[in-house]
Amino acid sequence: MTDNPYVKLVKDGLWTNNQALVALLGLCPLLAVTNSAVNGLGLGIATTLVLTLSNGTVSLIRNLVRSEVRLPVFVLVIASFVTAVELSMNAWFHELYKILGIFIPLIVTNCAIIGRAEAYASKHSLGRSLLDGLAMGIGFTLVLVTLGALRELVGQGTLFDQAHLMFGEAAQGLRFSLGEDFKGMLMAILPPGAFIGLGFLIAIKNLIDKRLTRRQAATVREPLEQGTEAGTA
Amino acid sequence: MHFPSVTSPHTERPNSVTWTMLWVIIALVPGSIAMIWYFGWGILVNMLLASLVAVAGEAAVLKLRSRPVMPAVGDLSAVVTALLFALAVPPLLPWWLTVLGVGFAIIVVKHMYGGIGYNPFNPAMAGYVLLLISYPVEMTAWLPPRMLNEQILGLGQTLSVIFTGTLPAGLDWDAITMATPLDTMRTQLDLNIMISEIRLSPLWGDFGGIGWEWVGNWFLLGGLLLLYKRVISWHIPVSMLVALLLIAMLFHALDQETHPFGLFHIFSGGTLLGAFFIATDPVSACTTRKGQLIYGASIAVLIFVIRTWGGYPDAVAFAVLLMNMAAPTIDYYTQPRAFGHGIGKNE
Repeated sequence: MTDNPYVKLVKDGLWTNNQALVALLGLCPLLAVTNSAVNGLGLGIATTLVLTLSNGTVSLIRNLVRSEVRLPVFVLVIASFVTAVELSMNAWFHELYKILGIFIPLIVTNCAIIGRAEAYASKHSLGRSLLDGLAMGIGFTLVLVTLGALRELVGQGTLFDQAHLMFGEAAQGLRFSLGEDFKGMLMAILPPGAFIGLGFLIAIKNLIDKRLTRRQAATVREPLEQGTEAGTA
Repeated sequence: MHFPSVTSPHTERPNSVTWTMLWVIIALVPGSIAMIWYFGWGILVNMLLASLVAVAGEAAVLKLRSRPVMPAVGDLSAVVTALLFALAVPPLLPWWLTVLGVGFAIIVVKHMYGGIGYNPFNPAMAGYVLLLISYPVEMTAWLPPRMLNEQILGLGQTLSVIFTGTLPAGLDWDAITMATPLDTMRTQLDLNIMISEIRLSPLWGDFGGIGWEWVGNWFLLGGLLLLYKRVISWHIPVSMLVALLLIAMLFHALDQETHPFGLFHIFSGGTLLGAFFIATDPVSACTTRKGQLIYGASIAVLIFVIRTWGGYPDAVAFAVLLMNMAAPTIDYYTQPRAFGHGIGKNE
C-alpha cells in the first residue's frame, strides 16, 4: 500500500468513499436522470465540473471566510458555477440540456458538492481540493453512467441511444441495440428501476469489497505463518 | 417417572407454515377450477409454470444464501405465491413474462428482504405490478369468459400461444382477447356513456361481468373455508369488503349514472381473491386486530379511488402494496394494551 496522499484521494473518490455508492449523497439527480447512459454521462460531467471548480474556489477562500457564514458562501460559490455550467450547456448542448431539464440547476442542491466543500476543500490546499473534486466527480459520473447504461439496456434494449446529442453526429455509431424484437422492461426506466438498480450496484460493490478484504487477510496471514515480514500489513 | 409440564391452552392443532399454506392452496381450488372453466387451459398452464419457476427460484436463492433448501421449499409458501400470481395474470400470458414476474417475486421481493416472514411486500402482487407497469399490452390481453367466447382454444393451441407466441391460423389477438368488465366500465364511463346504457351489453351478469362474478363467488367460498379453518381471521376481509361496499354504495347513491352499484365492485376484478387470499398475507399485513380493521378498510378506499379516478382499471394489487408500506406504522399505533399496564398508571 502506498502512502501517497494523492493516490489515496483518487482511490477514495473512485471507490472507497464513492459519493454515490458509499456516502449515498446526491441521490436525487442520480435516481432521476439515469434512465439512459447518455443522460447519466451528461449530468455526471456537469457535476464533475461544478464539483472541481467549487472545491478549488472554496479551498482558495477558506482562510477569508468566517466559519459562521461559511455555508451560505459555499452555496453561493456552487450556485455561481452551476449557473455558468447551465448556460454553457444551453448554448452548446441544447438538446441534452432540454432532456436533463431541471436537473442541471438542481446540481446546486446536490449534497455531494457542498459535502466535499465542507468536509474537504475548506480544510485543504488548492491542489488537493481540485484533485479531490475531480476524483469524487469522476466516481459519481461512473456510477451515473453504469446505472444509466443498466437501466437503458434492460428498459429499452439499447446503449448510448442519442449519443449524438453530446458528441455530435459522428457518435451515431456508438448506439448499440439488442434488436427490435427486444421488449424492454419499462419498469427499469421508471423511478422504481433506479432504486432497484442502485441497490444492486451497492450490493455488487460491497461484495467486491468483501472479497478483497478476505483475499488481503489471506495474503497477510501467509507471511505471518512463515514468520517473515510480519509488519507489512 | 416422567411428568410433562403442559401449559394451557390444552387443545392442540398442527399450526405450521406448511399447514397454513396447504389450506390456502386447498381453498384456492374452487376459484381456480372456476377460472379454468371460464377462461380456458391457459390459467392451468400458468399455475403449473409459475409454481415450477417459484420452487426452482426459491431453491436456487436458498442455495446461494447457504441456507437449508428443503424445509423452506417444502413449506409451500413459494407455491402459494406462484398460484396467486397465476390467478391474477391473463390466461395467455407469454411464458417469459410468467418467469420474469414470479422470478422477481421470489428472488427480489421475497428473498432480498430475508425470505419468508421478512418480506414487507406481498411477493405475488409485487411481481404482478412489475409486469403490469412494464408490459401493459400483454397484461391486459384477457380472454372473454366461455359464454362470450367464440374461439375457445384447446390445450395444444393454448400451449402453443403461451410458449411460442403464435396464434392458431386465422385468428389474431384482437379477435380472441377482450377487455375485462372493469376495463370496459372505465373506458365507457370515460366516454361519458351512462351506466344504464353500458349495462345493456351482454358482457354483464347480475352484479359484475358475466362469468367473472361466478369466479368471485368460488373464491368467496374458498375464503369462507379459510375462515372456518381459522387460517385467517375475519378482520381484514370483512373490513375490506364492508368498507368497499359502503363507499361504492355511497357514491352510487350520489350519482347512479357514473358510479356502478356497490356489489359491482365486490364481484369485479380481484376484489374477493384479494380480500381473502392476498390482503390476509400473514407476513405483509397488519398483525394487531384493530390494525387489521384499519388495514382492510384502507385497502378498500384505495381500491375504490384507483378504480374510479386512477390510471388502472383494477387496483387490488396497487392498494395491497401501498397498504403493505403502511402496515408497520398501523401496527405501531394500534398495539394492544398489555394486561396490567397503561390506563391511569405512570409506568
